[in-house]
Amino acid sequence: MKLTLKVWRQAGPKDKGQFETYQLDNASLDMTFLELMDALNEKLIAEGKDPVAFEHDCREGICGSCAMMVNGRPHGPGQEITTCQLNMKAFKDGETITVEPWRTNSFPVIKDLVVDRSSFEKIMEAGGFVNVEVGSAVDSNTYKVSKARADEAFDAAACIGCGACVAACKNSSAMLFVAAKVSQYALLPQGKTEGVQRAWNMLAKMDELGFGSCSNTGSCEAECPKGVSLSHIARLNREFIKAGFRKAGAEKL
Amino acid sequence: MTNFFTTSIGRKILMSVTGLFLIMFLLVHLTVNSMILFDGTGDLFNRAAHFMATTPLIKVVEPLLAIGLLAHFLIASLITFQNQRNRNVTYGAFGRYEARNASQGSTWASRNMYILGTVIIVFLVIHLINFFWKMKFTGDPLLSEVIINGEHMENAYALVTGLFINWKWSVALYVVGAIALGLHLYHGVWSAFQTLGWSNKKWRKILNVIGVLFSTLLALGYAIIPLYVMIRSMI
Repeated sequence: MKLTLKVWRQAGPKDKGQFETYQLDNASLDMTFLELMDALNEKLIAEGKDPVAFEHDCREGICGSCAMMVNGRPHGPGQEITTCQLNMKAFKDGETITVEPWRTNSFPVIKDLVVDRSSFEKIMEAGGFVNVEVGSAVDSNTYKVSKARADEAFDAAACIGCGACVAACKNSSAMLFVAAKVSQYALLPQGKTEGVQRAWNMLAKMDELGFGSCSNTGSCEAECPKGVSLSHIARLNREFIKAGFRKAGAEKL
Repeated sequence: MTNFFTTSIGRKILMSVTGLFLIMFLLVHLTVNSMILFDGTGDLFNRAAHFMATTPLIKVVEPLLAIGLLAHFLIASLITFQNQRNRNVTYGAFGRYEARNASQGSTWASRNMYILGTVIIVFLVIHLINFFWKMKFTGDPLLSEVIINGEHMENAYALVTGLFINWKWSVALYVVGAIALGLHLYHGVWSAFQTLGWSNKKWRKILNVIGVLFSTLLALGYAIIPLYVMIRSMI
């Protein structure tokens, strides 16, 4: 199949950046979208041009690296997929495909389609961890967790930190990401040590890093490759309100 | 230390609480207005309006409403401004995507709450000039006193119906106001509960149904009254 690719090119963080249009004649329906990008880069290298920088790692939908906006949707058309899982069958012969990086102040562009997502790392450092005793492992079944709770926690833990929620959000809010991380621990006994302090710290960090606030539009949930639910945002709100009340009563949570 | 009400969630909670408070007012207001539909002589509506204007409770509720509405609007302005600023990066116009399929999973109303709110505010100013201002301060010949069951009161019914009968365009304006309000509540009702954390996978469906029913009821209710008055005057 023949395709026209309109790709965002930006030499570095300070560069203004612009779209470049490329023609690809050797695309195949059996390719994934990343393989199409590989084919484009091979062509560019053969022509002596600078290949398009894009992130990729596992190519099986679990690492969250392949961040790109394809035809205006994070990870392209399709439900609950990453770009590496996006098949060329989703496109028509002769189509023009627009490829852009995530666009928000909190994810500055490093080069072309590669953005700096270390703001997510900073949010994790603020509370995305559990305090556990080192030494020998505890006996299995020491912690009792109901099936319903375990399932809900697993739904949250499925978050791969790709940033599609931020890219999809009109406010570029990271609420779904923070909610997934807070929910995962709030539902399990292992997370009780940090308690509601986690929600407070992670949200305060999210605000500090310039992410927007939540309008409950649901765009994030629709574009999340792991189908993380908006109900986790409601849980984050509950945890945060609890933290607010405790803070009002005492300095330490 | 970060203050609760300066955080993104804290601000949204203020939006949610003020919004729910304003919704309660809307319900009371519609209940009083609906008296126009049930009594062509206007006595029922006049008595209800008279009660609302003279009950001691109104002295407390009226300033609270003004503060609630002002807070709802000002915090919304602040949040919207900040959220826009975060998008304003070095790419294309306003940092928007070149290709954007914004309809994914979200409703138009949910993405345009601020625009809908602004339409409602503009409508509200006109609405206050039409009725509240005249009844409270300047007076109007239509408002001349009526006596119902031996009690003297203003003829609010004549003022309200007079507007819709004498100035047909006002009916269109009031219908537009009702539609904007309906769309605002279509997202606002469920969103208020979600922000307060009163939602989960099961309750989200219930809240969505409540939101749709409630917003439809209010939009229809507020739109029907001017239409009814106008149509009745023409037949």
